[in-house]
Amino acid sequence: MNRSLTLLAFALLALFLLSALIGRYPAPGFLPLDRLADDELAQRLLFNLRLPRLITALLLGMTLSAAGMVFQLLFSNPLVEPGFLGVSQGAAFGAAFAIVFLGGAALVTQTSAALFALAGLGISYLLAHRLRYGGWVLRLVLAGIAVSAFFSAGLGLLKYLADPLTQLPEITFWLLGGLASLTWDKLLSILPAVLLGLTVMFLFRWRLNILALDEQTAFSLGVPAGRERLLLIFAAVLPTAALISVSGMVGWVGLIMPHIARRAFRADARYSLPAAMLLGGIFTMLCDDLARTLLAGEIPLGILTSLFGALIFLALMTFQQPKPH
Amino acid sequence: MTILSFRSVTFGYTPSRPILQDVTFDLHPGRIAAILGPNGAGKTTLLSLTLGWLSAWTGEIRLAGIPLKALSPREHGQRMALVPQAEHTPFDYTVLEYVLMGRAPHLPPLEMPSAADTQIALNALAQVGIESLAQRPVPQLSGGERQLMLLARALAQLFPSSHSQLPNYQTLNLPPSNLSTFQPSNLLLLDEPTSHLDLRNKARLIQILRRLRDSGVTILMTNHEPDVVLAFADDVLLMEAGKPPQFGALDEVFTAEALTRVYGIPIRLAQVNGHKQVLWT
Repeated sequence: MNRSLTLLAFALLALFLLSALIGRYPAPGFLPLDRLADDELAQRLLFNLRLPRLITALLLGMTLSAAGMVFQLLFSNPLVEPGFLGVSQGAAFGAAFAIVFLGGAALVTQTSAALFALAGLGISYLLAHRLRYGGWVLRLVLAGIAVSAFFSAGLGLLKYLADPLTQLPEITFWLLGGLASLTWDKLLSILPAVLLGLTVMFLFRWRLNILALDEQTAFSLGVPAGRERLLLIFAAVLPTAALISVSGMVGWVGLIMPHIARRAFRADARYSLPAAMLLGGIFTMLCDDLARTLLAGEIPLGILTSLFGALIFLALMTFQQPKPH
Repeated sequence: MTILSFRSVTFGYTPSRPILQDVTFDLHPGRIAAILGPNGAGKTTLLSLTLGWLSAWTGEIRLAGIPLKALSPREHGQRMALVPQAEHTPFDYTVLEYVLMGRAPHLPPLEMPSAADTQIALNALAQVGIESLAQRPVPQLSGGERQLMLLARALAQLFPSSHSQLPNYQTLNLPPSNLSTFQPSNLLLLDEPTSHLDLRNKARLIQILRRLRDSGVTILMTNHEPDVVLAFADDVLLMEAGKPPQFGALDEVFTAEALTRVYGIPIRLAQVNGHKQVLWT
């Protein structure tokens, strides 16, 4: 099991190096290494444009997959994804709000998206405490649905108010997701939150199995499930919100990668969580490579992750034998 | 010494409507005690109070002399384990991975189970006789196998932290005297352990529980089947809706008059081949 994980890590490393060299300069394809040695433009391109973007794609994939795995475990539900507690819709609303009312400068849009994403989680959590229906998990899910609907109504209103020639296209492109405008500054601004969240999730990987059990069972195993669940929800949402704020909506990674990780490895999160991180990193780097090289113009990353995510999902469900239950 | 004591415990789910009133009893170590009574009498509630999952309105519960509230969640988990009636497993864990979760109270939050913990889990599987299922996915188990797996998880949980006492995996199926690795303050709680089992599996479970008692574990279980209780309980806590329960040795409490009163239908006890039997139709 550990050997397969090591192999996967090496595959990720190899892909990272290849991705740094692939692009459309000087011609579509790989950048020859001897050219890199004496072409200053090639060096700057690689270091200032490709590298921060590649690292962000890697972190985006790792974070969305890990957060998806954590949420699926915490909610004992294989169909949840990291944005469902009002986080994705909150970020979308925040970005559109900044574009329409705050001038839409990159840093302002990013901050607004991150703040509204966290607000989405906060409101969902507070609402869940007030609901008088069902257990803790169900209440949180219901509150998340309500908050998402609320923000998506707000997003609709903002789109309606937006200037159709300048602001509306900007909102649309933000919602499609992409890493085209990534810089070192943007990456560094989100790096602490991302690394903190990823580390906490990774360290809790065995414990997550117990947090996935019934609340009373987790209690009988001596685990204060309420407190630790809250910690892990924040550890999953914080880096997700930070990354969405620079990448826009990138869907399906957080839903599909945990499934593949569980099928290819095993349900035990000791193995499936690191596997999901590695697979998510590989998948997102590949999609972003295609996004920036396939056509002369950029293809929004969110379109590619949805397309390939859906194809992989269908392939999984169609070709694998159903397990007896 | 008592392992579990209830003193005038009162509890209910809605204010001013108590389900349990003035519950007082002392459970001694190395006994199998059954909480018996009709549906809705508060059997599972009493088990949840013992677990510390619910808090009593009034009165006090002590575990081996220590007030339940003075113990941390981890200390709880090391002293007492629960075998729930049913458990939802949404993911394809293997049986071994599932049983290994029983080691959680012995590990700090960020520590992974060690090779010794895996040995303890395998050992627990062997004690309930399903070591051959270790690598089977949990959703593929039958109801009876699932019950035994949950029991194995509880045994892995009650096994002490100090690994010096770890028995060799090869020396498993030995007579009970060699299995007495449990501490006398260990309490095993079971919620309706026999309700989903066929006769063969019931007999098997009863045999395992007897062996555990002989190796020093105290067992408290809910049960609504008088004939199962009659078969192997040492003590009985007889619950009756709206009244304080009766606690005592099987022979004292388990009488035809008491059962007839509690269940509200005529019940007789008869001797068949030297064994007591419950006749209720």
